[in-house]
Amino acid sequence: MTPSSSIAAPGAVPGHEAHDDHGHHPSYLTDGTTVKSWLLTVDHKRIGIMYLAWILLFFLVGGIFALLIRIELLTPGPTIMDAMTYNRVFTLHGVVMIFLFMIPAIPSVFGNFLLPLMLGAKDVAFPRLNLLSLYVYLAGAGFALWGMLNGGLDTGWTFYTPYSAHTTTTVAPVLFGAFIIGFSSILTGMNFIVTTHTMRAPGITWFKMPLMVWALYATSCIQVLATPVIGLLLLLVTAENLFSLGMFDVARGGDPVLFQHLFWFYSHPAVYIMVLPAFGVMSEVVSTFSRKNIFGYRAVAYSSVGIAFVGFFAWGHHMFVSGQSTFNAGVFGVLSMLVGVFTAIKVFNWVGTVYKGAVEFSTPFAYFCGFLFFTVFGGMTGIAVATVSLDVAWHDTYFVVAHFHFIMVGATIMAFLAALHYWFPKMFGKMYHEGWGLVSAALIILGFNATFIPQFLVGNAGMPRRYYEYPERFQALNVASTAGASLLAFGFIIIAIYLTYALIYGERVDNPWHSKGYEWLTHSPPPTHNFIGPQPTYPEEPHFYVDPKKAQGEVSDV
Amino acid sequence: MSDLANQFLFLPERASTFAERVDFLHYFVVGTTMVMSAGVGLAALFMFFRYRRREAHQHTEYVVPDLKTEFLFVSVPLVFFLAWFAIGFRDFTWFTTPPKDSMDVYVMGKQWMWKFSYPEGPNGVNVLHVPANRPVRLLITSRDVIHSFYVPSFRIKMDALPGRYTQAWFEATKPGTYQVLCTEYCGLSHSKMLAEVVVLAPEDYENWLQEQQRGRLQDRQDALADTSLVPPVARMAEQGQKLVGTQGCLKCHSVDGSKHIGPTFLGMYEREEKLDDGQTIRVDEAYITQSMMDPGAHIVAGYQNVMPTYQGKLQGPESAAIVEYIKTLRTANVRETASEGPAYDPIQ
Repeated sequence: MTPSSSIAAPGAVPGHEAHDDHGHHPSYLTDGTTVKSWLLTVDHKRIGIMYLAWILLFFLVGGIFALLIRIELLTPGPTIMDAMTYNRVFTLHGVVMIFLFMIPAIPSVFGNFLLPLMLGAKDVAFPRLNLLSLYVYLAGAGFALWGMLNGGLDTGWTFYTPYSAHTTTTVAPVLFGAFIIGFSSILTGMNFIVTTHTMRAPGITWFKMPLMVWALYATSCIQVLATPVIGLLLLLVTAENLFSLGMFDVARGGDPVLFQHLFWFYSHPAVYIMVLPAFGVMSEVVSTFSRKNIFGYRAVAYSSVGIAFVGFFAWGHHMFVSGQSTFNAGVFGVLSMLVGVFTAIKVFNWVGTVYKGAVEFSTPFAYFCGFLFFTVFGGMTGIAVATVSLDVAWHDTYFVVAHFHFIMVGATIMAFLAALHYWFPKMFGKMYHEGWGLVSAALIILGFNATFIPQFLVGNAGMPRRYYEYPERFQALNVASTAGASLLAFGFIIIAIYLTYALIYGERVDNPWHSKGYEWLTHSPPPTHNFIGPQPTYPEEPHFYVDPKKAQGEVSDV
Repeated sequence: MSDLANQFLFLPERASTFAERVDFLHYFVVGTTMVMSAGVGLAALFMFFRYRRREAHQHTEYVVPDLKTEFLFVSVPLVFFLAWFAIGFRDFTWFTTPPKDSMDVYVMGKQWMWKFSYPEGPNGVNVLHVPANRPVRLLITSRDVIHSFYVPSFRIKMDALPGRYTQAWFEATKPGTYQVLCTEYCGLSHSKMLAEVVVLAPEDYENWLQEQQRGRLQDRQDALADTSLVPPVARMAEQGQKLVGTQGCLKCHSVDGSKHIGPTFLGMYEREEKLDDGQTIRVDEAYITQSMMDPGAHIVAGYQNVMPTYQGKLQGPESAAIVEYIKTLRTANVRETASEGPAYDPIQ
């Protein structure tokens, strides 16, 4: 990690000395520049930056494997690898993307960096625990990657028994790695919950918290409640694989479907661990770039909690054709619809926020547009696959692959990139090139659609997922999807280039968006203890852009 | 019209009664999705333009929705979603309830092939022959890991679980050949686990069946010397009758209605049994199979949990044959009290 050295980089524009002199306090980036001062830091901002570095690395690994999958599927038969390798590659893609990227991405990076700033706190409630959760995450990641390189499992990221109990590949290290990562997730969640409850600055009541905080709070509740279930399950499967326990083996009185229930009891709420923080990011972005208070703040806040709650009661919709009873299918079907309603509330309120606003079409806002499309379309196809009779046709086909990439990956990546661009000046005090930002945003949104819209159609045509070879009639759509994936990869490369450039040579900025979010009340990059001098006061709501002189009597209803 | 829609949506040929129901809802859902997405998208685009920023520090008005707007936001999607759910659940219930007169076929998934067996007919691998316009119930199980039986043209799918039967049914509407795929990841050759359903016109099906029952060996005198080529017992029930003897089932289960260590097989199929935990269970293919593979799962009241598991000892077709045999032991009336004449009606 060397972003700290960039502060003194020769390319820094003149005039920033004045800014540095501003309080004679070094920013968190320059307060200690030794390797040790980073590795043993308890500063939530540095921990967030270290998470960012690792998470980007794992995103690169998962992305390379995604491209390998797409290249293999260019032709109906074998293309660049054999079937066993392919099965390992898609498993690796899934495990790395889900456990090492999607789940920790926004909470661990931006949650860590922003939560205390948004609450007016000096740090999270348990700074040392926070550092521990980073190392627990890395230990788990190391374990899992070591297992994948030494043998590599071929079960898919869902590890369904009895296959995962019988396969000859090495399942145990990867499952154990995922088990360890679970602890990191629980620790971070606990830390955020306690921080939100106990460390809000005077003036910040529950309904004056930024919506990002609401989203992180709801996410943390899911992390703390659901992760232990998958932890136990992964231990059971490891034991089944190593010692033939018989938990999921019919011959010994076990039940393979029990595995699916336990697995989805975690993994369905885990989807909301991935997208709820994304919703939080977008609430901040749409408010800042339309200079408006959130239309229906309470509705958006409550719907985060609502999603976290009903998310626990919808897992059975992954199992409509697993032989579960018709009654169960009905119950899980109707409960799944409620998630859609809560998401719809958010979408309508975001669009409503723009009403009578002042929209600046910058890079983060471009990602908001992409996000809006992926969320609406991905969410609506989610309702479609939760419709029981339709799911009989679609279950385990590429339609489902396209659906979850739209809502889970599309929405989360849009939010991750929006967050990266929106808070880049906050984190590093530097600005990137806006033109390149818009170009790469357009490429990524276009590439994403080009990759996954053909997958909806090939799923309609009946192509099952996890297929190494496929009947020839599916080829045209697969080629289209691969073409889209290369466009997507190209967009990411551009981002990597101009953000690295901005990190070194970027123009110094403090609050380029004129945002009124609480986190912008301190300097960019913030000093080590977040605030210099007395703590700021919070007389206004977050997301409040009304002219103070005219604020009296200016409230209008729609 | 709907053919055009199917082409636009890349849907495969529609060849079963269930497919018609699924496709109708598919158009409704996808159509609404498109309209709603377009509506939200266009409204957003319009507002992005209409309310674009004119100066850097522009102040805006404080706008909050009234209760009516929020109510609208909740109720409109809710009404649509519940409507889809209602139609979808109605069709799903229809799909999980095979008609009483449906024809049974046993399906067994195995890494990496599909085996089909008919109670009255031949066994086959990877090709399933069925008549058109007649409901066919599939009784699906697996020999090893979880598979899933999927026929895109019929829009049907059902998981194959080891040690348990699941069921699915369809009524094919036109003769032809339709692909069967496995949709639950099952290992190395998952994507090669293909089969086909050959739908024949009813009279063609009868001819085919007779041809199979006559045995092809008549045409192949040279093969008669090779006993391994002799087809297995044609009727699964007869095979099952032999198996209950050789597997030792009859040491504990009677076939004449008398009480023994285990419940009698006579009249067992489709009976409502009282369990020792007070619940009742209907004896169907799934319950019989489960009782063979995991005997302790549901014990009928009044019996001990003493039966060993047959998982691994019985192959899929063998357990299917035993189920078929038990299904033949039907009687209208079994008494368990003191006899006042004939204890039961003649076996049908």
